[in-house]
Amino acid sequence: MIKLPEPVEDVVVNLLRLANTKLPMDVGWALEAAAGWETNEIAYTQLGAIMDNVKKAEHVGRPMCQDTGIPVFYVRGRFDSTIAGRIAEGVKRATANIPLRPNTVDPLTRENCGSNLGEGMPIIHYIPTDDDFTEITVLPKGAGSENMTRLAMLNPADGVDGVMRFIRDSVLDAGGRPCPPSIVGVGIGGTSDVCVSMAKEALLTPLDDENPDPVLRKMEEDLFVALNGSGLGPMGLGGSTTVLGVRIKKAACHTASLPVCVNIGCWATRRASARIRDDGVEYSQGVRL
Amino acid sequence: MSPFSEDAVRSLKLGETVFVSGPVITGRDEMHIRALELSDRGESVPDDIRGSTLFHCGPIMRENPDGTWSVVAAGPTTSARMNKLEPEMIRRFGIRAIIGKGGMSKDVAEAMKEVGCVYLAATGGAAITLAEGLSRCTGHEWLDLGMAEAMWRFDTDKFGPLIVAMDSEGNSLYDKVSESLVRVP
Repeated sequence: MIKLPEPVEDVVVNLLRLANTKLPMDVGWALEAAAGWETNEIAYTQLGAIMDNVKKAEHVGRPMCQDTGIPVFYVRGRFDSTIAGRIAEGVKRATANIPLRPNTVDPLTRENCGSNLGEGMPIIHYIPTDDDFTEITVLPKGAGSENMTRLAMLNPADGVDGVMRFIRDSVLDAGGRPCPPSIVGVGIGGTSDVCVSMAKEALLTPLDDENPDPVLRKMEEDLFVALNGSGLGPMGLGGSTTVLGVRIKKAACHTASLPVCVNIGCWATRRASARIRDDGVEYSQGVRL
Repeated sequence: MSPFSEDAVRSLKLGETVFVSGPVITGRDEMHIRALELSDRGESVPDDIRGSTLFHCGPIMRENPDGTWSVVAAGPTTSARMNKLEPEMIRRFGIRAIIGKGGMSKDVAEAMKEVGCVYLAATGGAAITLAEGLSRCTGHEWLDLGMAEAMWRFDTDKFGPLIVAMDSEGNSLYDKVSESLVRVP
């Protein structure tokens, strides 16, 4: 979809509308494939309700889930210091107009400002490059899945087996709480903060995008098979569809460290990107950072 | 039909699919805390909490020009967050049915068995399909808690599909699933 040039504030509203009302195609395909092999009756009912809901949300242009999350932004390419203020204004307008649920509160007083802003908001990660565009990506992250985030500072001696066990147990111990079938975002290595960031970024990687690292690809495939064979199923009610995909990122780490983070995305892992150039804006829902 | 009688609730079987019609209220963490605190202090609590069908949900609502409210999207929230508060809610207010996602703790199951209450699992995230069953918003309490945490009242018509995931005899589909989980590699 190509549009004429428009202000960043409007682009942000469009992005939040697109992300919240239309499931990315790769996630939709994964759900359909899962429904095709699911033999558990309750699980099939859950997948049916999900797919019915996705169709209706897109048709009526309303958020597919009432938890429209906290929007996490990634800005890549060419930008200046005004971008944060423009994105904040877009979030405020989107909250009132789409509408989104006002989710952000003070962590201690629990006071809700009503606009999805507040201290430290909106969350924006910056990736400056020499490209001739500004690319804004949004990942609205709901709390059901976000609350299941696990970080482990493993011992290097725990090795790949320890990493695999930690990922598996993080997903299975979460049970039905993160709204499975999930997308499992994993970060391995870095420092603790980088590890957590990578796990969330991994959720942006489209499910049909092959991991360029053969070792990570094998881990993703093995976990996909193991988790779907676990029996947890959609919403934790049993069945053979526990995850729609596993996406792993890694970075170098200290020789004495082995950080692993699991950041789960619910079945409604929503994302949208806009590439802004001088002559127009291009929207999409599957961008690799 | 909501509100449920104790007999109706006790006759529901684990794994059964049901649809609810009749009055339903919403409540999350803050609504539970508010109701229990007011009752602790001997102050009045809305009558319709007693014997209610309690939906763990923070909906997206839109206020109409005439002051009424319409539901935009309304799916279940993670019930486990209310694990610590729910046993007392069930015992004090005789909650008959809870609609949520992800299931609840053994303590909650114990209170459900004692009082006669059932846990109905709604499909997480299916906020548009589920909102179709919430035919009318009939009121609200405690809007100062914010849109998500306030208590909303709805009249429902064939609200679902809902799975009987914890019955009033202490059985839980979640326990059955977790006991038979296969952990490989």
